[in-house]
Amino acid sequence: MGTLSKVIYIDSAGREYAVDATVGDTVMATAVKNGVPGIVAECGGNCSCATCHVWVSDEFAPVVGPPNDMEEDLLDMGVSERRGTSRLSCQIRITAALDGLRVEIPPEQP
Amino acid sequence: MSNGTLIVGGSQAGLQVAVSLRQLGDTSPIILVGEEDHQPYQRPPLSKEFLAGEAALDSLAFRTPDFYADSGIDLVCGERVSEVSLSTSGPPGSGVAMTASGRELPFNRLALTVGAGARRLPLPGADLGGICYLREYNDAADLRTQLSTATNVVVVGGGFIGLEVASAARSLGRSVTVVEAAERLMARSVGTVISEFYRQAHLRRGIDVRLSSAVSGFQGEHGRVTGVTLSDGARLPADLVLVAVGVLPRTELAEQLGLMCDQGIVVDAHARTSDPSVVAAGDCTVQPHPITGQGRVRLESVQNAVAQAQVAAATLLGRLDTVMSVPWFWSYQGDLRLQIAGLAAGYDTQVVRGDPADEHFSVLYYRHDRLLAVDAVNRPADYMTVRKALGQGASIAPDRAADPDIPLRSLVGGPAPAAPAVQRAEA
Repeated sequence: MGTLSKVIYIDSAGREYAVDATVGDTVMATAVKNGVPGIVAECGGNCSCATCHVWVSDEFAPVVGPPNDMEEDLLDMGVSERRGTSRLSCQIRITAALDGLRVEIPPEQP
Repeated sequence: MSNGTLIVGGSQAGLQVAVSLRQLGDTSPIILVGEEDHQPYQRPPLSKEFLAGEAALDSLAFRTPDFYADSGIDLVCGERVSEVSLSTSGPPGSGVAMTASGRELPFNRLALTVGAGARRLPLPGADLGGICYLREYNDAADLRTQLSTATNVVVVGGGFIGLEVASAARSLGRSVTVVEAAERLMARSVGTVISEFYRQAHLRRGIDVRLSSAVSGFQGEHGRVTGVTLSDGARLPADLVLVAVGVLPRTELAEQLGLMCDQGIVVDAHARTSDPSVVAAGDCTVQPHPITGQGRVRLESVQNAVAQAQVAAATLLGRLDTVMSVPWFWSYQGDLRLQIAGLAAGYDTQVVRGDPADEHFSVLYYRHDRLLAVDAVNRPADYMTVRKALGQGASIAPDRAADPDIPLRSLVGGPAPAAPAVQRAEA
């Protein structure tokens, strides 16, 4: 196991899921493996399905950074409610700097 | 004790049936049995990131071990169900299964998610060392080890898996030849423009591609492969061969139960087999075309495994959901990212968007001006737009779609004209 970092997922009903994440894993994989509902991630992290959409909390948005080009296209076309801090969680790799990261899960994935 | 649901096959579809049953509120026991020693894991990366050394087994697992216990899913790994029978006196759908090691598993409900096995080539020399197949984790681990020392790699079969492995081998610096029996690459999955593009693109990356070439046998020395002979007599030196010539759905258990099979276990739109109390999902099934409802298609994809498993779980709980799901697929061959939405079978027109020479283009397929599908190469917005349009029953005007500077999303318009009957659709 690598170093642990905490990620907090907040679902559309406001429930919080605090999960120990391994540095190097993605925010998507950490959610799916631990059964956090609402992140579907059908394609397993290949930036092909847009079913792992999250809204990154404002305080972490600058650390997480903007979407990459391919992700940009999927976010643009593929998600139900795009916001300024929308990301595909399969494209966010967990680092020590992201310890305590909070992401919101939209009520629906496409 | 209630017997609950038995899910045979620790696959993506099998796991999804279990997860969906719990999400739908089912509290009865669930046993998920898989013959591999590993907990359910993602297969698509086996021919891509895993070979490139970017993913380990741990990272491929769908769930943590704790998830199964926490969800009340009894996961049994390393046991193959060899026999299954339905009760003649108990409730419909109940019965008992037996594993190869003699373990008895009674059930009230049965789901078959047994997948498919790699098709073998019964040719002279096919048992030589260094001839590999790729379907399971153990296959991929073996292939990865052998790739690390190989010099000349021959890939038999120019489909997704063959070309993905060829790309991985080439990026490791190996000499690579792809041998394909058909006259074009990926003929079952993509249109002619895409096939020709990939032939040229792989040639540019130093992969030799031989089309319309059948393999007639393998040579070896000291039990290890040294070459591949083609039917025209040509001989290719090889110290590693991957045979990737498609799959055969596992229908043995369905046949034991007397279920209808036709190159797969036949199911309806609710994932019901010919015995409506038994469901099946994933690569082992053939089903009506998911959009038109006609014909019989086999969809070997993650998307189908997940969607069909969700439907199967609802059906087991007595809810006959009607779900229209748009098929989608992907194949990442090195830096060439192919994404497909819809099924192009039966198309009469193809519209090319962008220039294939840029390695950044897409092809839209139509039948009687009705949008059927897209193959997008390094153009994810086109893929996503078509996927969304198909899901909404909308179309995209073919005459303007060819202009790559007009965003495809601006062309999505009202309902598509009704499609004439498609006589036969192949996945």
